[in-house]
Amino acid sequence: MANTIRKDRIAQLVSRLTDYDVYGPVEEDGVFLYRRVTGPPPPGFTNSRVPPKSIFFPQTETMMEFEKDGTGHRFVGAREPERAARKILLLGGRPCDVRAATFLDRLFTWDYIDPYYVDKRERATVISFTCTGPMPNEQCFCPSMDGSPSGTEGADMLWTDLGDSYYVEALTPKGEAILSAGGDAFGKAGKKDAGAAKEVKAAADERITRRFDREGVAAALECLFDDPYWDTVSEPCLGCGICTLLCPTCHCFDINDVVRKGEGRRERTWDTCQAAYYSLHASGHNPRPGKKHRQRNRLYHKFLYIDRNLGIVGCVGCGRCIANCPVNIDIIEVAEGTKTCAEARREGAGADAKGAA
Amino acid sequence: MSKGTRKRGKAEGVGPAEAPRPVGGRGGPDGASAKVHAAQEHNVYLPVTATVTKIELEAGGARPIRTFTFEIDAPAEHARFLHRPGQFIIVSQFGTGESVFAISSFPNADGVIQVSAMKVGNVTGKMHELKVGDKVGLRGPYGNDFPVDAWKGKDMVFIGAGIGVSPVRSVYQWVLHPDHRKDYGNVTLIYGARTPADLAYKEEFAAIEARDDVDLWLCIDWAFGPKGPIEGDAQPGWPAINMKAPGETVVPEGKRRFTCFVPQLVEVVKPSPENAIVVTCGPPIAIKFITQALAKLGWTPSQIYTTLENRMKCGIGKCGRCNIGDIYVCKHGPVFTYEEVKRMVNEF
Repeated sequence: MANTIRKDRIAQLVSRLTDYDVYGPVEEDGVFLYRRVTGPPPPGFTNSRVPPKSIFFPQTETMMEFEKDGTGHRFVGAREPERAARKILLLGGRPCDVRAATFLDRLFTWDYIDPYYVDKRERATVISFTCTGPMPNEQCFCPSMDGSPSGTEGADMLWTDLGDSYYVEALTPKGEAILSAGGDAFGKAGKKDAGAAKEVKAAADERITRRFDREGVAAALECLFDDPYWDTVSEPCLGCGICTLLCPTCHCFDINDVVRKGEGRRERTWDTCQAAYYSLHASGHNPRPGKKHRQRNRLYHKFLYIDRNLGIVGCVGCGRCIANCPVNIDIIEVAEGTKTCAEARREGAGADAKGAA
Repeated sequence: MSKGTRKRGKAEGVGPAEAPRPVGGRGGPDGASAKVHAAQEHNVYLPVTATVTKIELEAGGARPIRTFTFEIDAPAEHARFLHRPGQFIIVSQFGTGESVFAISSFPNADGVIQVSAMKVGNVTGKMHELKVGDKVGLRGPYGNDFPVDAWKGKDMVFIGAGIGVSPVRSVYQWVLHPDHRKDYGNVTLIYGARTPADLAYKEEFAAIEARDDVDLWLCIDWAFGPKGPIEGDAQPGWPAINMKAPGETVVPEGKRRFTCFVPQLVEVVKPSPENAIVVTCGPPIAIKFITQALAKLGWTPSQIYTTLENRMKCGIGKCGRCNIGDIYVCKHGPVFTYEEVKRMVNEF
């Protein structure tokens, strides 16, 4: 049994969620970013510039604070910072970003539990919003990655915009808890609402124009590791790393010690495989010395390695890496290009064999 | 996603991926380290404080090597640091950062951990300023280990080059321990460094040399004159071998010290591959020629075990960076057979 909520009652709902820190998309300098909010998401919000993974996996996070000895000058130990206990509500995730968090779940619980990420994820309730208004846009290709603009994977609730109200589906006990906490802020959905929601979802599917035919990409990658293809596709790359930093499934991080005014702490920050220092040994040796090695690593990691290790493909089709690349490197073109390239290599090999015969 | 439980192996939903793998190929005795970590109740990133109890200079020069002995302060934490030969540990210099080291000490539940570190970067630079009584942080042990149980009944050959002897040490200490020595056949130890002064663990090797159940062979590089290496013996008592055909070198009765490189010394020693295992570690160039020397003697890549290293931050398969293809050195390694290494993509 579904519900609805009128848009003018969302602020009231948020005010009743006193146990929660509520995050939602906010427009700043022409782009959307996830911030603490008290009201409804702005109408027609697009994919945020920075994905909401930052709520569970902040760009910079204090892992521990250092303890000093009796002299007060030397660090002799480390303690965890106090963890927040309040619940977290993501009010207005797009289905692709919400689905991406389930990928991060696998990574951050792969054999070892990452306490910082898991703690925040366990405290969090996620409300996905079916893509409407300007979304999905020309960058989006989530259906090609097994997603959907009304997908529910990873979501506790799905809200679908019906104009003056949202059609509200609670998908998990955490979602039900929001319904209970909201009380009469929510109304009962009728048959008409259900039908309207269905139409909105179908219309969202219709608007997706980009297609990524990834069938055969993994097989092509298998035989292109040492191919000059990577010189060609990485040639324009500036190594800025924006494709990875803004990717909702990218998870790499660096760990650094910071000492200021005599106080020390250990922080982790997002890192990128596109940077030379990322894999640089203390000896000066670098196993991925060139941008072609690093671009290659990005593609292989997303479409081959992560599948082998965790059974997932490292892309949800949000299109951020395409939209934000300063030199217009397009992950779909590069990935699909591997198939053409592998095909050409096979034909070339066949021709050589014939020539030899 | 329950807290406090540590899943073994691959995550759920992983399809069968055992098809031929031209790119990469996951290796290493899977999940061996899980034997050590029963459950993860603690914050895996939080180091425990340990005290420096001993520092030994192994080699001098601009990039000195020292062996540090750490004792974990809290007795309750000691059991958690019981490692297996081949695993690594992450050492914190609070305020500077963390670095990864092979554990070179014998597995123990006394909270005693030894690492040998060369001074090359920020963290190791700080480490070489440490004094006995100073505090460091430790977390780990991580990674897989040498399958010492599966090797019972076999002859063991250990080959170390330079500081690469450090991870090998944890295995020969295991094999030579009075509790384990009877489980293994003949033991041969081959080790080389640039000069006699650069040979690490001198006291230990002196004790090993005195044993009659270990065949210890040592070598040093040529002495250097103003025009490069001087032909002939590097030092009195360290005769040069026949470098053109090392295998034809005539070994005087009981002679175990020579002037040559480790791969040539392997050809002089001629360890038999019959029911035997090699454990080797050293600089990549040394490994390359050691495996070539072993191949000449009939060894197969699956009989040769080594450890790999790459830049790491987390040590537990999350931060990225240490992968060689789809192999995470920190999780699938650091111990690999040479067969597995050969299957990996060319990204070393």
